[in-house]
Amino acid sequence: MVAQPPLEERRLVDALRAGDESAFTRLVEEYGPAMLRVARMFVSSRAVAEEVVQEAWVGVLNGIGRFEGRSSLKTWIFRILTNTAKTRAVREGRSIPFSSLAGEDEEGGAVDADRFLGDDTRFPGHWAAPPQRWEAAPEGRLLAAETLEVLEREIAKLPANQAVVVTMRDVEGFDADDVCNALDISETNQRVLLHRARTKLRRALEEYMQ
Amino acid sequence: MRLDREITCAQVVDLVTAYLEDVLDADDRERVEEHLVFCDGCSTYLDQIRQTIAVTGRLEPEDIPPALQDKLLAAFREWSPA
Ligand SMILES: [Zn+2]
Repeated sequence: MVAQPPLEERRLVDALRAGDESAFTRLVEEYGPAMLRVARMFVSSRAVAEEVVQEAWVGVLNGIGRFEGRSSLKTWIFRILTNTAKTRAVREGRSIPFSSLAGEDEEGGAVDADRFLGDDTRFPGHWAAPPQRWEAAPEGRLLAAETLEVLEREIAKLPANQAVVVTMRDVEGFDADDVCNALDISETNQRVLLHRARTKLRRALEEYMQ
Repeated sequence: MRLDREITCAQVVDLVTAYLEDVLDADDRERVEEHLVFCDGCSTYLDQIRQTIAVTGRLEPEDIPPALQDKLLAAFREWSPA
């Protein structure tokens, strides 16, 4: 059974179809910033990301007549955005593998292997150098503007597929289903990409907090 | 996924996202949770992953620059059936 879209969403869709400019402005306000951030993970520059966002909105307008509400409006809009961004990335010579995890990076475990005790020890696989609690760092450090900059830089360094997934999940607060639907990837792929991304972001924060 | 009765810290670290996403089967979740009870290193690690997620969620949204807003509005008016 297909769930009915919430009334609010149906009203917005109807208003948009009828050419209501304030409905359009509201949607741009609500999703535009997240679209720009996600688009930025696919393409080479901020300027190109803006073009992608613009192209995606034209796609939304041209497609809204056919929107059936089988996914949420948000998921549908982001599906258009990510498809537009993927196409643009390919044209830029950046192909971003989402469905195949092979070759994107060959890291083994989530944490450097030397953080754990080796097979020749009494407790192989247990912490040799356990993480130190961040609460020991000066108060407020974790939330300081500088910490956010560390994160921004680290996200920019991630392989694009990991950057897109962690941006959608953890920056923009999409749930796993939304991300799988928008990017057309399996739940497992989504989780592996998220895992790798979060692992690296934690490690970057750890280095910074020490 | 089937894990031995006792799991290592390295395994917990590998499973942390599956654990937080609640996709482990009941037995494996129990193994992870039992491990977390006595292992300070892994509970610190799990807390830090949670803190990382929370801080990531505080990144500011990127504003739509006015020039782009204007372009979007122009595109809308061109499209608009009204
Ligand atoms: Zn442990």
